This record gives sequence, structure tokens and C-alpha cells, in this order.
Amino acid sequence: MSKKSSVAYRTVSDVSGPLLVVEGTHNVSYNEVVRIRAPSGELLTGTVLETGRGRAVIQVFEGTSGLDTDVTAVRFTGETLKLPVSSEILGRVLDGSGNPLDDGPKLTAEDHWDIYGSPINPYARQYPRQPIQTGLSVIDGLNTLVRGQKLPIFSGSGLPHNRIAAQIVRQSKIPGEEGEFAIVFAAMGITATEAQYFMKSFEETGALEHTTLFLNLANDPAIERIITPRAALTAAEYLAYESDMHVLVILTDMTNYAEALREISAARSEVPGRRGYPGYLYTDLSLIYERAGRINGRNGTITQMPILSMPQDDMTHPIPDLTGYITEGQLPLSRGLHRRGVYPPIDPGPSLSRLMKEGIGEGMTRFDHKEVQAQLYYGYSEGIDLRDLVAVVGSEALTDRDQKYLKFADRFEAEFIGQGEFEDRSFEQTLDLGWNLLSEFPERELKRCDPDTISWAKERGAYRAA
Amino acid sequence: MSHGIGRIESIAGPVVRCVGLPSVRMYEVVRVGEQQLIGEVIEVGEGTCTVQVYEETSGVAPGEPVESTGDSLSVELGPGLLGSIYDGIQRPLPELREMSGDFISRGLTVEGIDKEKKWEFKPLVKIGDKVEPGDVIGEVPETQIITSKILVPLGVRGEVVEIVSPGEYTVVETICKVKDSHGDVHDVVMLQRTPVRIGRPFKGRVPMDTPLITGQRVIDTFMPQAKGGTGAIPGGFGTGKTVTLHQFAKWADAQVVVYVGCGERGNEMTEALEEWPHLKDPQSGRPLMERTVLIANTSNMPVAAREASIYVAVTLAEYFRDQGYDVALMADSTSRWAEALREISGRLGQLPSEEGYPAYLGSRLAQFYERGGRVKALGSGNRLGSITICGAVSPPGGDFSEPVTQATLRIVKVFWALDKDLAARRFFPAINSLTSYSLYQNTLEEWHKENLGADWPELVTEAMALLQKDQELREIVQLVGPDALPESERATLEAARMIKEDFLTQSALHEIDTYCPPGKTYRMLRVIINFARKMAEAVSVGVHVRRLLEFSVLDNIARMKIAPWDSYDSTLDAIETKMEREFQTLYQELSDSGMVMSKPAE
Repeated sequence: MSKKSSVAYRTVSDVSGPLLVVEGTHNVSYNEVVRIRAPSGELLTGTVLETGRGRAVIQVFEGTSGLDTDVTAVRFTGETLKLPVSSEILGRVLDGSGNPLDDGPKLTAEDHWDIYGSPINPYARQYPRQPIQTGLSVIDGLNTLVRGQKLPIFSGSGLPHNRIAAQIVRQSKIPGEEGEFAIVFAAMGITATEAQYFMKSFEETGALEHTTLFLNLANDPAIERIITPRAALTAAEYLAYESDMHVLVILTDMTNYAEALREISAARSEVPGRRGYPGYLYTDLSLIYERAGRINGRNGTITQMPILSMPQDDMTHPIPDLTGYITEGQLPLSRGLHRRGVYPPIDPGPSLSRLMKEGIGEGMTRFDHKEVQAQLYYGYSEGIDLRDLVAVVGSEALTDRDQKYLKFADRFEAEFIGQGEFEDRSFEQTLDLGWNLLSEFPERELKRCDPDTISWAKERGAYRAA
Repeated sequence: MSHGIGRIESIAGPVVRCVGLPSVRMYEVVRVGEQQLIGEVIEVGEGTCTVQVYEETSGVAPGEPVESTGDSLSVELGPGLLGSIYDGIQRPLPELREMSGDFISRGLTVEGIDKEKKWEFKPLVKIGDKVEPGDVIGEVPETQIITSKILVPLGVRGEVVEIVSPGEYTVVETICKVKDSHGDVHDVVMLQRTPVRIGRPFKGRVPMDTPLITGQRVIDTFMPQAKGGTGAIPGGFGTGKTVTLHQFAKWADAQVVVYVGCGERGNEMTEALEEWPHLKDPQSGRPLMERTVLIANTSNMPVAAREASIYVAVTLAEYFRDQGYDVALMADSTSRWAEALREISGRLGQLPSEEGYPAYLGSRLAQFYERGGRVKALGSGNRLGSITICGAVSPPGGDFSEPVTQATLRIVKVFWALDKDLAARRFFPAINSLTSYSLYQNTLEEWHKENLGADWPELVTEAMALLQKDQELREIVQLVGPDALPESERATLEAARMIKEDFLTQSALHEIDTYCPPGKTYRMLRVIINFARKMAEAVSVGVHVRRLLEFSVLDNIARMKIAPWDSYDSTLDAIETKMEREFQTLYQELSDSGMVMSKPAE
């Protein structure tokens, strides 16, 4: 397709929403990049969504304002969308399509990579097995993040997901191995204030040096958001697979991405699935999320932490719902915990890290991790159930055992979950704290722990049963 | 084979319209564009046809050629399937990796079965024998556990006029010649090609009276699957669909397992690939992969191939069924398959019914599940084989009222409902024993009585009744607190708690607890129900539940789960004796202190 003539079409027949329809086209291929010259002389970019019968439908990333049917000229490039990649992009701030925003030098590309990528052959994948220490007990202790995993934060408006994300970026490390670590941060439709918060936070801690930011802010064109995560992941793939780095990709806010997708779908009058989102939302999201992973024989890895805000805190809304079906777990924030002043308000109940089981234990975190995790979970959920009961019958009606669980749940929230924004805990500290809290219970209550493990913890001084 | 050439008229995602293809048939495979992408005809019009393409269509332009192949989408069947991992259209993933690296590129053609590899063939017929389709003409020891039987293909019937001597042959070498009644001689090779969209024929269905033992206590006890049965496991994300299906694939007592990852996570397939070769089949002690075929069409792989993967899987399963094996087919997840149908249907501009799904969703699902069953295979001799289908369903928002779950429930006979609340409490497997059901419970009763214990149905009914009662009592407790309950009802709560915690929860990660032999399941249930009966009895003569909870046998009961597979009997014997003794001591103490008037009648 490279032998395409550089014909400029002036046959735009229709401009509607983010879409442009061009007539009389010849040999235009699906997903091809299009350059558009607006009447004002401005150059815009788009891709072909549909082609055939001498007609092409184009989505314009910058939006279609100012385009007309007379003067607007459209040129088909014959290529799919590519990102210039190089390891120089670390420390840089780029726009949502990958053009520099800062006043650094022009990027010299070592290669051009297709931003849509190709699916990883499942046979080439390597199962993620090494934990990342985020320094947050509620993640490290209960739902450990593993290199090559995709673990989203489900948030809501007014909840501190940005502070949590920044804290994770600041604190994340692989214990005992300070290899090449990079962060790719893709912002879709976040506000300028939020973007500034992140930049400031990264600069202060020196994290910016090994971070690349892709910024599509709230006032940037919405359709560009379709590209932003893909451009960011392409950069991440380059860093991981060509430069052997461990890359953590933070995508925020995926809700804005999905809304851009819905806008395109509605403009094309496609049959909608749930809540007006297109029926292919699942497939589309998976093309983004499944780019996380580890590949046999390659050193670098890609770990994803997408952040999305649930409309009305509704976890069954299509965006969190479909995300949860693709990602390997989820970390929902709880408004209740937040109101009680617990930070980070990550709710252990619905939280899950699917890859945790292989990433913890002897040689990775500590041998007692699985048992401590199970016991803490059991204790906390018992405590929560009892709280409901207390609300009805009063705490006098409870047995001694029940009182212990109540007290445990309170301490667990205050001390284990609520660690504050500036405390960085190691796996050891997290697990010892867990034992400390379990000291509320006599040995006989700890059914999820092996008696040998309990005596080990006793000897260590971590478990001190009354 | 006609090789007509047409050209592309328009492209929208995986759907391509072409013109000028002469005499193209429905579901014919075509090659699309200059990159020769694989596609299948799904609509035929006058001079035009619509093709769903199994590969990504970026960069394909109108005007590029479309070539028909004359073939419908087929799979290759023969020795060499076991232990393989394929994509949605039976291309082996290791070969794809060799050809195109770690990422899957487009337009690659790889055959499903290795044509060069030689297999040890042992003939079982001799010259002069009469054979008909489905007859076994020889055997190949494909793996240590599965001997591949070579069957006479469809349409070949007559007298064996030539058969090779035992030795090593490739799957395409002629091993047998059959002369039919017209005097025509047919060459028979080990390899067969079968179209995937029509089921392979069989003689007839037979009753399903044997359970598929899954080694999962909650399932084997309360909603058992039959060999040849169909079951669905719906649940929101994080409730453990995939873990349950993986458990089935690992431990179920099927002889062959076909596992299709349809539109699911890449890492889950990797987990299976890395873990299963090291796991031993509990029946034979051989690596699990020797009885397994994996099909991986992960969510980021092309959506049209996702639609095909289910049919490819069930056709492979039928091939093993026809050889007389009990096959278990796991499909994770049928919702993704339904979504692929919806996406293609949407692109075709078909009128949508509920939630955008096409109106034929229900009938397609039914056709798929109907390919399961226990059958008498073609050919002489009474070879019985079965396909048990277990499909995961991923309802949006965990809401079972959505179309895919509802359409599935109208067809399947076993329903394992996963419960989000249980999962949040880390109660695994998070199967809700009250809402789930199995319609095979009655047909399997004979087997259970014979092989487990005559009192099995009673134990199950009693356990179920306790759980039901527990559910009702809990609602009351929520209102008035546990103190308001009489002792007898507290005993019920305790008994139900024991069933739930000491019996139903089962850790997939624990090396022993991950699989529970049926005999152990029976004995564990018997111990708990016995305790519940004795507890009720003791309470009825005025003993406090609190006193009974001090029994040290309860600690032993809580650790029954980890009694080893081969020597659980002695552990459980010891527990039963200890329980007996503790109750006796209790009555002794009570009558010594004069608190109880009389020991209850035996």
C-alpha cells in the first residue's frame, strides 16, 4: 500500500460529530491514517473506520470543528497509525498522540511501531510470578500486585485515587532487585489540576526521570483518547521488550476512554449494547488490557494499573464490569472507609488479585503470607458481619468471641488499611503487623493457619495471643 | 475444488463484503486480500457475499482479491491432538510462534496436525474383514494414557483388501484399503478432516447414569454432573468461574479433556500451559497434558475466530467420543462467544433482539450444548463415548437475568450458581448450594448408592435441609440476635456452619484439598451429619450447644479436608471413634452429676 499517490481529496460529503465522510475514494484501506487540512490551514489526523464503494468514513482525533465540505482536503497516507519509539522518551511529557509538549529536544525515533500492536501469542507468555512491593499493606498483604499483571483501581468521583496512584508510583519497587524500572503514565481526560498534581509529585521524588507522560487533558479533543492508551502502551512495549525494562503503565481515567468510544459508536449509529456503549466494548478494552504481560525469553515486563471512576459507585456499570472480566483482579475504593478517614480507602471485601497466589510465599514475600492473608480476610469479614448485627441488637448481646472480632475489624481498618499517604511498608512489616492484629484471637480461632506457622510467629514475637 | 477469485467491496472490522466470487457456498472458507487472511462466508447474495475474517483486517483495502477454497471450516483429526495448544481455528500456537515470533502476525497457514511425525500403528483388522464407518481398524498409542483408535471414515464401507503390518506410519500414509460394493477401492489414512459446524454422526444416545466425578465436594455432593451431561457456571468476575473450570480440567475423571479459552485472559492459558504438564492425572498418575487439548483464543485475538473456537473444540471432543472415550469439554466463556456473535451480527446490520444480541442466540447455544451427550458410536461393537460440556457464563454485572445466562439455563441440566457475596468472604468454591441444582441427581442415585454408600441420598438431603433451615434462621438472627433462638435452633446453625466451613469450602491451592476422592467426600459428609444428629439429640435432653462446641473432635473435623487421598479412611475412622467417645463421656458426666434424667433411646 506504500505506493499510494499523494492525491488530496476535496470530496468531503458529510461532517457529523467526530466523523468525516469522503466520497469518490479509491483503494483506501481499513484503519489507514488520514491527514486532513482544515479550511484554516490547520493539519488534523484521523483514521479510516469503514471503507468501500468509493466511500470512506474517517474518525478525526482533534474533532471536526472548523471542517467543511468545500475546502477541507483529505490525504490518505497508506499506513496504519504508528508511534515513533525510542528510549529517549523517558522523562518526557507528550500529548495524547505522542507529540512532545515540554520544551525538550525533538524526539529522534529509533523505530516506528504500530500503535494497535499485535496480540501476544499465549504460548509465548510467561506466567507472572514476581511480586511488586507497593508499600501499601492493603495491596501487598491482601492483594499483591505481580509483575506482568493488570490490576485496576475502581474509584468514584471525590475519592483519592490520584493520591493512591502517585503513592504507588513513588513507592513501588521489587525488593532486593533494583533493576531498570520505568513508568508510563497515560492521562485521558483528566483535569489540568490533576495533571499538575502528578507532574509535581513525580518531579519532587525524582520519579519523572524514569517516567513518560502522555497527557490528554479534559479540554483536549475527546476522540484523541482512543489513541492515548494505545500510544502509551506502544511506548511501554518498546521500553519493556527492546530496552529490557520493567514498565508500570498507569491509565487514568478509563471511563473517559470508554466515553470517547461511545461517542464514535453513536455517531456511526451502531446498535448499542448496555447503556449506549458499543457491543464491542469488551473486545476493545481487552485489546488494551491484554497488552500487559511477560514474555518467555524477554527480560522486560509490562504491568498495568488502569484507574477508572465508576459512575455512581456502581460496580455493575459496563465499564468497571467489563474491565473486571478482563483484568486480573480489581481494587475498589470504598466511600465508607474514605468517610471514616481511612487512607487508602481500598476495600478488601471486593478486592482481588488473581495472580497473587503464585507471586507470594517462600522466596518471594514470606512463607506465611498465604495463611496470614486468609486469616486476616476471615477475621475482617466476620467483624463486618457483626457490625451489622450490633446495629440491630446492641453490643451487649454479643459473646466474647464476637467482641474480639469487632475490635479486630476496627483495628484492622485503622492500622492495617489506614496507613497514611507517606508511610512505605515492606512486605515484612505488613505481615508482622498482620500477626500483631491477629493477636486479638486465641490460637484456636486461627483456623486458616497451620499450627507450625503459629508457633513460628510466636517465636518471632509477632503473634502474642492473650 | 473451485478456486474462484472475487474482490473486496467494503470492509468494516472483521466483516468484509466481496463481489464476483463464483458459486460460493455458505460457510465456505475464503482467503481475503493480498495477505491471504483466513475468512468464512456467512452470507451469500446475488453476486455478492459477506465474509467474517478470522484475522485483524487493518490495512486491507477494497479491490484486493478474495479467493474461494471450496472447503468449509474444518479441523484435522488424528494422532497428535493430545497435548497440543491451538488458536481458535486449529493453528498450533507453538508453530505460530516459530513462524512469527512472540506476537501473532497475519496470513499464516499452519496445519493442525504434524504430517511428518511417525506413529506406531497396530492394525486390528485383516484382509477380508467387512468394515463400516466408525469401525476400528487399528490403534496408535498416542500418549501413555490414551490410545488413539483409527476409525473407518464416513462413506467408506466394504471389504478390507489391504492392511499394513504393524509399524511406524505418518498420518497421511495409506494404512488400509477398502473395496466397496461397487468395486471401488478407498484408501484409508489416519488423518480425517471434519467440518466443524455439523456434529459428527453417531448411532444413538444412551442414558447418563454415571457421574463425572469432579473431586470438588460441593459439586459431587449437591449438584453432580453426569458423564455426557451439560452444565453452566455463571458468575460475575472474581467469583471463580475459571478456577472451577480449571479444577474440572485437572481432576474430573474424564479420559480426555478439551479446554477452550474463548475470549478470556492470556495469562490464564499460560497458567494452564505451565502448570498442567507438571500435574498428575489422579487416575493414571501421568502428566495431565497427555489427556488434554487446549484451544486458546484470548480476548485480544480476532473476534471472528472466537466464534469458531467453540465449534472447533466440540468437534475435537466428538472425535475422541467416537473412539469410545469419556470427554469433558470446558468452555470459558460462552458469553464471549455470544458477544462475538453479537458483534458480527451488528456489523451485518441484522435486527437485534435483547441487549443487541441476535435473535438466533438461543438456538445457536442450544445447538452447541446438544453436541454433548452420551452416545453409542458408529461402527460395529457397542462403543460408548460421552462429551460432558461445562460452560462458563459471564453475565454483565453478575446479573443472571441477562440473555446469555437465561438462554443457557433453558438448555443445560446442571446449574452451578456462583455467588458474589460468598466470593467476597473468600468462601471458595463460591457456589451457592441453595440456588444451584442438578437435574441428574435422581438418575445418578443408583450409582451413588452402589459406589459410595446406601445412605448417600439421605445424607445429602439432610445436609441440604440443614443449609435451608440455616438460611431461614439467619434472617431471624439478623433481626433479633442469636440470643433469641432456642438451643435446638442454635444447634442447627452450628451444624450448618460445620457443613459450610468443614465440608463445602475447599481450597484449590492446597495440594491435598484441591481434589477430594468421592469416597472421602462421602465419609466427610457422614461424619458431619452424624455429629449434627448427635448434637440435636444431646440438645434435646438439655445439653447446651456451648458445651458441645468444646469437644476436641471438632478440631479434627476441621482438619479432615487435609487427610491424604490414599489413607483418609484411617483418619476418618479415628474421628468417628473419638466423636463416639466424647459423646459417651458427656452423657456419663451428665448422668453422674444427675443433670440428665435418661440417655436418649438408641
